Amino acid sequence: MATVYVNDQPVDIGNEKLNCVQAAEKAGVLIPHYCYHPALSVVASCRMCLVEVGEKKPDGTISMMPKVVPGCQTPVKDGTVIVTRSDKAKDAQERTLESLLLNHPLDCPVCDKAGECTLQDYSFGFGKAESRMHDEKKTPPNKPDLGPNIDLFTDRCIMCSRCVRFTREISGTSELYITHRGDHSEIAVFPGDPLDNKLSTNVVDLCPVGALASKDFLYKQRVWNLKTVDSVCPGCSTGCSIHIDGNKGVIHRLRPRANPKAQGHFMCDEGRLGYHYANSADRLREPSIRGPHGWTPVGYREAVQTAQQGFNEHSLRSITGVWAVLSPFMTVEEAYLLALWIRDFGKEARLVLGPVPREGEDDHYPKDCRGNAAPGVPKFTIRAEKCPNRIGVEAILKHFTGTVIGFDAFLTALGKGHVKSAFLAGGYLPTGRGHWFPAEAVPLLEQVNMLVVQEIFTSALSQKAHVVFPSATWAEKEGTFLNHQGLAQEIHWNSAPPGESRTDGQVYLDLLGRTGLMRAHQLRREIAQVIPSLSQLSTGHLGTEGVLPGEAPPVQSPKRKIPVS
Amino acid sequence: MAYEPVLLARANKADSTSLEGYRLDGGYETFARVLKDMTGQQVTDAVKSAGLRGRGGAGFPCGLKWTFLPKGHPGPIYLCVNVDESEPCTFNNRVLVEKDPHQVLEGILLSSYAFKATTAYFYIRYEYGAGMRIMQKAIDEAYAAGLLGKNILGSEYSLDVFIHRGAGAYICGEETGLIESLEGKRAWPRIKPPFPAIEGVFRKPTIVNNPETLANVVHILRKGVDWFKSIGVPPDPKNPRDAGSYGPKLYCISGHVNTPGLVELPLGVTIRTLINEHGGGVWKGKKAKGCIPGGISMGLMTEAEFDTPLDFNGPCRVGCLGLGTGAVTVFDEDTSIVDVLHNLCRFFQHESCGQCTPCREGTGWMFKIMDRFRKGQGRREDLTVLEEVADKIGIMPGTTICGLADGAGWPVKNAVRKFRAEFEKYIQDGSASRSKPLPMAAH
Repeated sequence: MATVYVNDQPVDIGNEKLNCVQAAEKAGVLIPHYCYHPALSVVASCRMCLVEVGEKKPDGTISMMPKVVPGCQTPVKDGTVIVTRSDKAKDAQERTLESLLLNHPLDCPVCDKAGECTLQDYSFGFGKAESRMHDEKKTPPNKPDLGPNIDLFTDRCIMCSRCVRFTREISGTSELYITHRGDHSEIAVFPGDPLDNKLSTNVVDLCPVGALASKDFLYKQRVWNLKTVDSVCPGCSTGCSIHIDGNKGVIHRLRPRANPKAQGHFMCDEGRLGYHYANSADRLREPSIRGPHGWTPVGYREAVQTAQQGFNEHSLRSITGVWAVLSPFMTVEEAYLLALWIRDFGKEARLVLGPVPREGEDDHYPKDCRGNAAPGVPKFTIRAEKCPNRIGVEAILKHFTGTVIGFDAFLTALGKGHVKSAFLAGGYLPTGRGHWFPAEAVPLLEQVNMLVVQEIFTSALSQKAHVVFPSATWAEKEGTFLNHQGLAQEIHWNSAPPGESRTDGQVYLDLLGRTGLMRAHQLRREIAQVIPSLSQLSTGHLGTEGVLPGEAPPVQSPKRKIPVS
Repeated sequence: MAYEPVLLARANKADSTSLEGYRLDGGYETFARVLKDMTGQQVTDAVKSAGLRGRGGAGFPCGLKWTFLPKGHPGPIYLCVNVDESEPCTFNNRVLVEKDPHQVLEGILLSSYAFKATTAYFYIRYEYGAGMRIMQKAIDEAYAAGLLGKNILGSEYSLDVFIHRGAGAYICGEETGLIESLEGKRAWPRIKPPFPAIEGVFRKPTIVNNPETLANVVHILRKGVDWFKSIGVPPDPKNPRDAGSYGPKLYCISGHVNTPGLVELPLGVTIRTLINEHGGGVWKGKKAKGCIPGGISMGLMTEAEFDTPLDFNGPCRVGCLGLGTGAVTVFDEDTSIVDVLHNLCRFFQHESCGQCTPCREGTGWMFKIMDRFRKGQGRREDLTVLEEVADKIGIMPGTTICGLADGAGWPVKNAVRKFRAEFEKYIQDGSASRSKPLPMAAH
């Protein structure tokens, strides 16, 4: 047990190996810092985290070190005394900020980072109100083509070198370096070798100022207009914790959310930039029914009734002809509700898992100089399994059917004409890898008497359906995803589904005839009671980091903490 | 009694760079004797008891530094010879390397033997092309004579020496900057601890010394500790932290003097003696206005302070940073202090590595202010800013990783404090400098 005193306040740090910045964070004290990042090596060069450090002797006397020290580089031990707001420390912090602002253009009104810029925040919290410089600022030219996704505003850079260390230590691709010396230093890439790797846009989040900007988000929104919710990226089974930033029903960007249990601090560009379909104007907006005279858009209730009636009729004729295909993009709650509904018709109703998209092999980072995964424990992995919740949906299926029946069984039955009524659940993302339903099997759907399809966009598949429900994207619903190692994480909605559409879970709830709105935390409790293998959902809350199998879930979701790094 | 030079004793001889010539003057005899009769620990003890302090600038006790190496380390241990002599006006190592390379090499051998280094890297700055070639020839000769390589002189001791040429940066003279550069990286000084003695080149224990220090090691072992201690200044009894300033020192004299050059004198000579007796007095019959006592990062001295002894403590008493490299640069009474400071600030702004914010931005800011001064747009408030910035950057207040910023701040605060009247007059008169600054040397 080690006790550290931060501004006279004792904090127990246990046996952890921490530096002053981390120890102070435990005490709820922010030591301002730029170059320090928990996922990167310590360089102690920005000199923002200067604090006074001393030691409390067993006899109670305190001896302070004569000069200020960088908190990020100074480890703490039992009895360490950290003073962050003494005159000396304040003076050092003020001076560092004054230095940083000497050549900073202060173009906050046109800067993307304004509002979430630590240079703004720290200047307000720790800096001086005015500059004493009467000379011209340096205005090095911008580098708009640093990479396909990245724009560099050279003059805003404060040389914290986080981005350089990221490309060396996490992606291992080493595109970035610092050119020139002293106050002429600039971040640069070698000619013909742009910052182009699968993790490149992380440097935008790492950048404490607006120097590195994402071309995707540039000049789209002021960040204070954005609504932020915690969610999980659906791009692969790594299940990166993310923030969804949206405004007025439009998603504007995804950002990684630090989660040591899931992916660490970062996310890949494919996941980050793969949200645009959710904002598309071409999305299905209302349910429709195919009658003898073609497609008719109908109200939501009518569509639910039609589907219900159709399934009722056909299940009476042949219960083995009732099929539902669950997609690995569904949340645990949705899979549970749909399975419950289908099984209501009879024990012989068939539940199968839809195709699980895979692409190549797991992609481990950092890379070595030849582009192969470097030896050692990977710091980031983009998984080959391109869906977020296979494990969760499988757990539901196992409960209802004993084993997980693959999609092939459905196709075989379809070929033999055994499928009489089918529910093809939604959630599959339009990834540009082709539609999930095999094109050669689409004509066979003709013979299905009652086909209900949930889709985000209209497709050959939905053209064959009798009832089409517009599907909600993962950014529009709440629920649970289980990643590759079974980590259960909450997802939350940022915007409502477009038009007349309802979330998939709400559709199932209404099909089941349950009243009220879909509430993920209530359903989680129900699921945990029914399905012992998902006992990690028992309290209904999963916290911000999620719950691993066998872990005790939190009683209540904690309030969102404002991250300091 | 006139002092008889030892370090420079062979510098003016005809055949000073060859192994034969060095052997004729008793070269490598000491090394052969030490190799036979003494253990490495005894050598370290001798150097430690002689009170030899590093001649690179900071004056850290050399023997003490060697004892910081981890005991019983399986190796390899490295020696880095720091010949990145980039402090302006300093050329003492250049002369040693160009005129008497074998003396330096013997120092390398003795020191490496003392702390069991098996590889020595001779890091020489790019600009010293001649020194590099001369040293390479000396190393080749030594290999041929069995003085380097495996089993030196039939003993079990082996040492390899490699020359590494820098690419021309002031920061490579900082020991961890040098190590980074040697490893093929950008010369950004490392955060300490760990110090190089624990983790240096290629993450192995490393000692970084300067050729003048190593040359002194030769003479300590050749002539004895007592001889070494008879030269120089004993510790100040009133200052318990003073380790004394023993031994000979090479002083570089440059600037506005009649006969600039390099002299070897016992530590503790005053600047006035240096200028008048060894530098031939201030040129053109003028008076001196001041001087830089030991490389520009040590600060400035006024003419009134010329009686300060140049030992490791003397310059501190008049507000300078320390002895530095012992390179005295004199400027005469007609020199504008604004021009001097402008040039100094320009140097540090150019040479700051850019790692730590206070130094990167501070040196640039000070240069911009000085640039404005020279245009006749200086303001009285600028002097306060200059002083404040200079006071608060550096490793001493704790705001940077290495000492470059201290060196950048020192001449500024010295200039502003010691020559304030001249700055104020400059501002008041609205005078602008007529002389054009010399172009930065391009390599």
